[in-house]
Amino acid sequence: MLLEVDDLAVAFRTADGTVNAVNGLSLRLEAGGTLAIVGESGSGKSQTAFAIMGLLARNGEATGSVRLDGKELLGLSPRELNKVRAAQAAMIFQDPMTSLNPYLRVGDQMAEVLTLHKGMSRREAMTESAAMLDAVRIPDAASRLRMYPHEFSGGMRQRIMIAMALLCRPRLLIADEPTTALDVTVQAQIMELLSEIRAEFGTAIVLITHDLGIVADTCERTVVMYGGRVMEQGATETLFERPSHPYTLGLLKAVPRLDIDQDELETIPGDPPDMSRLPKGCPFTPRCGFAMERCGRIQPPLTEWSGRLRACHADPEVVR
Amino acid sequence: MTLLQVRDLDVTFDIRPRGAWPWTPSDRLSAVADLSFDLEEGTTLGVVGESGSGKSTLARAIIGTVPATGGEILWDGTDLRKLSPRARRTHRREVQMIFQDPLAALNPRMNVGEIIAEPLRTHQPDVTSKQARAKASEMMERVGLLPNLINRYPHEFSGGQCQRIGIARALVLSPRLVICDEPVSALDVSVQAQVVNLLKRLQKEMGLSLIFIAHDLSVVKHISDRILVLYLGRQMEQGAARDVVRRPRHPYTQALISSVPIPDPKRERARKRPVLSGELPSPVNPPSGCVFRTRCPKAQPDCAVGRPPLLDVGDGHLVACPYQEVMETVA
Amino acid sequence: MVAQLGTAEDNVEAAGMEPVRGRSLWSDARQRFFANKAATGGLVVLVLVVLFALFGQTVAQWSNEEIDWSLLGNIPQAGGPSIANGHYFGVDETGRDLYARVVQGSRISLMVGIVGALISVVVGTLWGAVAGYVGGKTDTVMMRIVDLMMSIPYMFVLILLLVVFERSLVMLFIGIGLISWLDMARIVRGQTLSLKNKEFVEAAIATGVRTPTIIFRHIVPNLLGVVIVYATLLVPSMIIFESFISFLGLGVQEPSTSWGALINMGASNLRNETPWMLGFPLAVFVISLFAFFFVGDGLRDALDPKDR
Repeated sequence: MLLEVDDLAVAFRTADGTVNAVNGLSLRLEAGGTLAIVGESGSGKSQTAFAIMGLLARNGEATGSVRLDGKELLGLSPRELNKVRAAQAAMIFQDPMTSLNPYLRVGDQMAEVLTLHKGMSRREAMTESAAMLDAVRIPDAASRLRMYPHEFSGGMRQRIMIAMALLCRPRLLIADEPTTALDVTVQAQIMELLSEIRAEFGTAIVLITHDLGIVADTCERTVVMYGGRVMEQGATETLFERPSHPYTLGLLKAVPRLDIDQDELETIPGDPPDMSRLPKGCPFTPRCGFAMERCGRIQPPLTEWSGRLRACHADPEVVR
Repeated sequence: MTLLQVRDLDVTFDIRPRGAWPWTPSDRLSAVADLSFDLEEGTTLGVVGESGSGKSTLARAIIGTVPATGGEILWDGTDLRKLSPRARRTHRREVQMIFQDPLAALNPRMNVGEIIAEPLRTHQPDVTSKQARAKASEMMERVGLLPNLINRYPHEFSGGQCQRIGIARALVLSPRLVICDEPVSALDVSVQAQVVNLLKRLQKEMGLSLIFIAHDLSVVKHISDRILVLYLGRQMEQGAARDVVRRPRHPYTQALISSVPIPDPKRERARKRPVLSGELPSPVNPPSGCVFRTRCPKAQPDCAVGRPPLLDVGDGHLVACPYQEVMETVA
Repeated sequence: MVAQLGTAEDNVEAAGMEPVRGRSLWSDARQRFFANKAATGGLVVLVLVVLFALFGQTVAQWSNEEIDWSLLGNIPQAGGPSIANGHYFGVDETGRDLYARVVQGSRISLMVGIVGALISVVVGTLWGAVAGYVGGKTDTVMMRIVDLMMSIPYMFVLILLLVVFERSLVMLFIGIGLISWLDMARIVRGQTLSLKNKEFVEAAIATGVRTPTIIFRHIVPNLLGVVIVYATLLVPSMIIFESFISFLGLGVQEPSTSWGALINMGASNLRNETPWMLGFPLAVFVISLFAFFFVGDGLRDALDPKDR
C-alpha cells in the first residue's frame, strides 16, 4: 500500500469554537492507483488532502494516522515533512496562480525545485524542466521556459503546475479540484493528461472534486464525503452503478446529462452544511429524503454492503 | 412575439500594444462579429462557448455596458443603439443581469434587503423604504430564501444562496429579459441544478425571456429553447436546443459535447472522445477563413479561404460549416 | 452612506419570524479588533490621552499662564515635579506649571493630528475615488495635479508660508491640509481601480445606477477599511510633522504650545539639569504615538480583507 489513512480527524480552533472538518476517515491507495474524494464545498475533502500533505492551516490539527509507504506522516517535524513532500508526494490546486510566483520565469521556478531537492546543476535542471513541460504536452517547451506565468492561459498554467508537481517524480499526486475553474474542453484535456501521466510515471493520483462526472472515467475507487464524514466508499463502478447512500444517489442524479433525455434536473434540496453547526447524528439528515428519527441522533457506522462501505441507517434496498 | 432581434452585431475593442508610441495605431480585437439571432418573448436562448468566445461581451453589448460597434439591437423593433444615454439607462429596468461569481456580485457592505431593493430605489425613487423592504422580503421568499434573513450580509450565505440573492435583485423590477452570465459554473454540481430549476420556475411564473450563457452544454440544454454556439466571437451553430444537443452538426459543437463527462464508467469508457486539442487562438489575430479551422478535426485546405456561410439545414437550424455531419449523441 | 430602509418589518412579522440580525463586516472587524490585546490597550491609552487633553486642566492646581514667582531663579533646584507645590510635572523654564502646559500642548497636537487626518480622509478619499472610478482624462488630470503638488518641497513652502504670513495656528492647518491628502488620494485611487472591476459594481452599472451613487454606495464603503487604517497612521505622522515644525521654532506661537514646542523647550534646557522639562512632554508624546500605531496596526489586522 502506498497510502494508508486510518481514523483521520481534522479539527480547527476558531473564534466560534472548534470545527471538526474531518471525522474518522480511513482509506487505502496502492502504488499507481487512482482514488477520488467527492463532495460539496464544506464536505472536508480538501482538508483531508491538506492533512495528508501536512499543509493544514496553523489553527488546524490532524489526529489519527497517515502512512506513506509505511512511514507515519502525522507528527513529523516540518523539516522531515518537507523532505517527504519534495520526494514522494505533490499537490496541485484549483487556481494555479496561487502557487506560481508571478515575478519569476516558469523555467526558473521549475529549475529551483530541482537544484534544491535533487542537487542538479542549473543546466541539467533546465533540460529536465523542458523535458517535463514536453511531458505535459506543452508545445515548444524550451522557449516557454522563458515566459512568465501570466503569459499562459488557465489550462496551460494547470499543465505547468502538473509539470512542477512531477519534477521530483513523486509517487503520489493529489489534485484538488484541478479543473473547476476551466472550460469543459480544457477540463477534458487536463483529465486526459492526468491519466497519461499516471500511465507514464506510475504516479498514484488522488482526485478531489465536487463533480461526479469527471470521476467516472479517471478513478478506480471513490470516497464520497459529506460534513467531514465518509458517506460511501468503494470501487467507482460499483458506486456509480448502484449508489446505496442517499447522498451519492443525489449527487449522481444532479449531474446534468447530455447522453440521456432528462426533463427536470434532480436536485439535492438545501445547502451544503455549515461545518460549525453540524447536526448531532448523520450530517446529511436535514437534506436527506430517506431520513428517519434516529438519523438526527446517531451517526450511522460505516458498514459493508454489496462490495462497498456505506454509512446510512436506511435499508440499502430502499435507497434508489 | 419577438422581444429582441440582434442583426449583424459587431463589437470591436481597441487594444494598445504594450510599450507602443502614442502614434502607432491600436490593434483591433474583434470580440463579436456578424452575430444575428432572435429571442422570442418568454423563451430562453442558450449561448455556449469557451472563455474568450465573446459570450460575455455579447451580454454586455445587449445590456449596454460595452458599446457595440456595428449592427442593430432591436428591442420591440426599436434600435437600442440609437437611444440617448439617458433613455438607455431607463431602459435597463427591462433588462437585468445575473453574474458568474455569486459572492463577488454582491456588495459586501450592504445587507440583503438593501441589495435586493437597489434596482427598485434606482428606477422608482419615490418608493418608500418600507415598501422597498417589503418588496425585498417578498422577492426573497420567491427565490427560496427565508425572509427573516433580510438583515444578513452576503458573506453569511453559501454560494447557492448568494446566487438566489442575485436572482432576487435581478427580478425585483419584473424585467422582461434577464441575461444570466455563467450563473452556475462557480457552484457545486448539486446546487447548480437547484439554481437552474429555480430560473425555469421563475421564468414560467413571470413570463421572463432569458439569455443563458455557459461553457457547458449540459446545463444549457436544460433551460434553453434555442442554443447559439460561439467560437472566437463568430457563430458556429444555432438552432432549437433539442436539435443542437441531440444531433449536432458543427465539429465544434460536437467537440463541446464530447468534452462533457458522463457519470457512468461503462458508457464513458465506451465512447470515443475527440478531445479538442490546442488552445483558443488570439482574437487579435484570428485565423483566416473559418476561425475554428486550426483546431478542427475535419479541416480542409479551403477552410482557410473565406468565411463559411451559415447554412440552414431546416427548422432554423443554422450551421457554419460546409463539411458538417450529423452526430447522434443520445444513446 | 447607505440610507436606512426603515424599521418596518411588516412582511416578515406576518410570516411569524423575527428578522435575524446580520453580522456586518464592520461588526466582524470590531470583534477581531477587540480580540487583539495590543490594539485594545492602545485604544485605552488613546482614550486616556484624549481625556487628559480635554479634562486634565481640572485637576491642575495652576493655570498654564501663571508664573510661579516663588520658583523663578531657582528652577533647577526647586522646579522639579512635586505634589506638594502642585506642579505635578514640575515647571518650565519661565516658571509656568509644566503639567498645565502639557495638557495645553496635547490639545493642540491632537487637534493638528486629527484635523490633518480628517482633511485627508474627506478630500483624499473623494479625490481618489472620483479619479479612479471615472478614469480616462479626468483621472489623468486629477492625478497629475496630485503629482504636481507632491513634487513641491512642501516643508520649504510651509516654512516660507509661516515666515511670510506670520506664524499662526490657521496657517499651520492650511499647510498641513494642503499636503496631508495627497498620499491618501493615491492610495484610494489604486483601491478604486481594483474595486471598479468587481462584479457588484458591474451589477450596479447594469442596473442603471448613476455614477455618483455608485461611488458613494458601492465604492466608498468598501474603501473605508483602508482609509481608516491609513488615517490612524496619518494622525501620528501629522503630529510628528507639527512637532518638527515647532522644534524648528516655526510652529505654534507662545503662549500657545504643542508637544513639539514643549520638547524643544525641554531639549534646549537639558544642560540646565532640568530633565523633567524634556521627560514629561516626551513621555506623553511617545506614549500617544505608540498608542496610535498599535491602534492602526490592530485596525489593519481587523479590516484586512485578505483575512476573510
